[in-house]
Amino acid sequence: MLIRYLSQIGRYFLMLKEIFNKQTKWPVMKNLILKEIDDLIIDSLGIVCFISFFIGGVVAIQTALNLTNPLIPKYLIGFATRQSVILEFAPTFISVIMAGKMGSYITSSIGTMRVTEQIDALEVMGVNSLNYLVFPKIIALLMYPFVIGISMFLGIFGGWLASAYGGFSTSQDFIQGAQMEFIPFHITYAFIKTLIFAMLLATIPSFHGYYMKGGALEVGKASTISFVWTSVCIILFNYILTQLLLG
Amino acid sequence: MIEVKNIEKSFADSKVLKGVSTVFETGKTNLIIGQSGSGKTVLLKTLLGIHTPDSGTIEFDGRVYSELDPDEKRELRTEIGMVFQGSALFDSMTVEENVAFPLKMFTNNNKAQIKERVDFVLERVNLVEAHKKLPSEISGGMQKRVAIARAIVNNPKYLFCDEPNSGLDPNTSTLIDNLIQEITKEYNITTVINTHDMNSVMEIGENIVFLKKGLKAWQGTKEEIFVTDNKDIVKFVYSSNLFKKVREAYLKG
Repeated sequence: MLIRYLSQIGRYFLMLKEIFNKQTKWPVMKNLILKEIDDLIIDSLGIVCFISFFIGGVVAIQTALNLTNPLIPKYLIGFATRQSVILEFAPTFISVIMAGKMGSYITSSIGTMRVTEQIDALEVMGVNSLNYLVFPKIIALLMYPFVIGISMFLGIFGGWLASAYGGFSTSQDFIQGAQMEFIPFHITYAFIKTLIFAMLLATIPSFHGYYMKGGALEVGKASTISFVWTSVCIILFNYILTQLLLG
Repeated sequence: MIEVKNIEKSFADSKVLKGVSTVFETGKTNLIIGQSGSGKTVLLKTLLGIHTPDSGTIEFDGRVYSELDPDEKRELRTEIGMVFQGSALFDSMTVEENVAFPLKMFTNNNKAQIKERVDFVLERVNLVEAHKKLPSEISGGMQKRVAIARAIVNNPKYLFCDEPNSGLDPNTSTLIDNLIQEITKEYNITTVINTHDMNSVMEIGENIVFLKKGLKAWQGTKEEIFVTDNKDIVKFVYSSNLFKKVREAYLKG
């Protein structure tokens, strides 16, 4: 079993090398990248905005409800919401959700191409199918920090609305807390994580779709496996990067 | 011309091709026939470079495939057109985008030149009305014709077809067979067809290779198939009463 996992990891890195070999012509690649930006980034904005806004609100309410000691100032609600959203919720929690949304889309679309021999057709024509299929996804996901930036903003905004209009603190207290002891490096840390998660989001689901075998049922199974592995890798890398950058 | 010399191929413990040697001639429709599990598909995929043979060589007009470097292999592949069993059309692209795909990838033609060529080949396969349709919006026979158009759009030297008339009605099947044969003559290309369909054998079989258990058991033309006394091919081709009667009628003159 260990040998099988090691062999899969080796195959994954060989795939990464092949993605950057023999590039597809730029006029074709340009259109593929724009299509992937639309499918992966623009199409994800709605769900990211919805989740971020409400989870930000819930984080603020939960923090407020747990601050029962009257000596603890109310501005800590804003502070805790900001820290939670910027450091973990937006980059990590949203990435795990995107492992489900983007990941299953990537695995199922590439897997279906494998099952219906479309990838064989590309290879027979002399096209580097990995470059054609995966490279545009990697480039499109370079815009992923933009999504996470929106998530950060909406998370804090949702927290402010829930806190101020839910009667948990005043608007002024929340804003004071949200601005308190701000460390700019935390934003850098969050975006470094985001870029690495973007690479995982583009390549792990592609790997599971590209190398799948079987029929329609196996496409579904591959999507599930790809979600599990992408999530596991995101959580693992989250730990490693936090230790390296903040530890 | 494609020359196959002593090709062997195994998967795990199973030896699928056991030393196949043959020649697929230019300007002719070369057919590979045989029972399920005889190694037809493996031979075709080996010719296409999807499988690497364990031993033996494949020569494309004197170019030994295994001796080419990766760039030369990719270059050679641009000279190959392939019609897959399930057509393998790109389902997110329209018919004309599918046909234009090899031109966009491998030529420096401008949009007008690409459109002109696409219109020409779609007209050649009698598909002038389907330009803007998606593969899911056209019939199986039309999908096969789009696949043929895509395979020939870049003027290939070699055309491979895997079961080109599987799942088609007899009339459409004959149309596809005739279209492939006409294109083979018109462009003087080397066409290799993997088929189970005995109608195709009788219609367009100019050079038939019969495989049995990973070995070439017989090779000849559709005319020779009527008079051969090779028991294996007689048993395979004349397994139906209809073809037995056709053979008897042919032998009686």
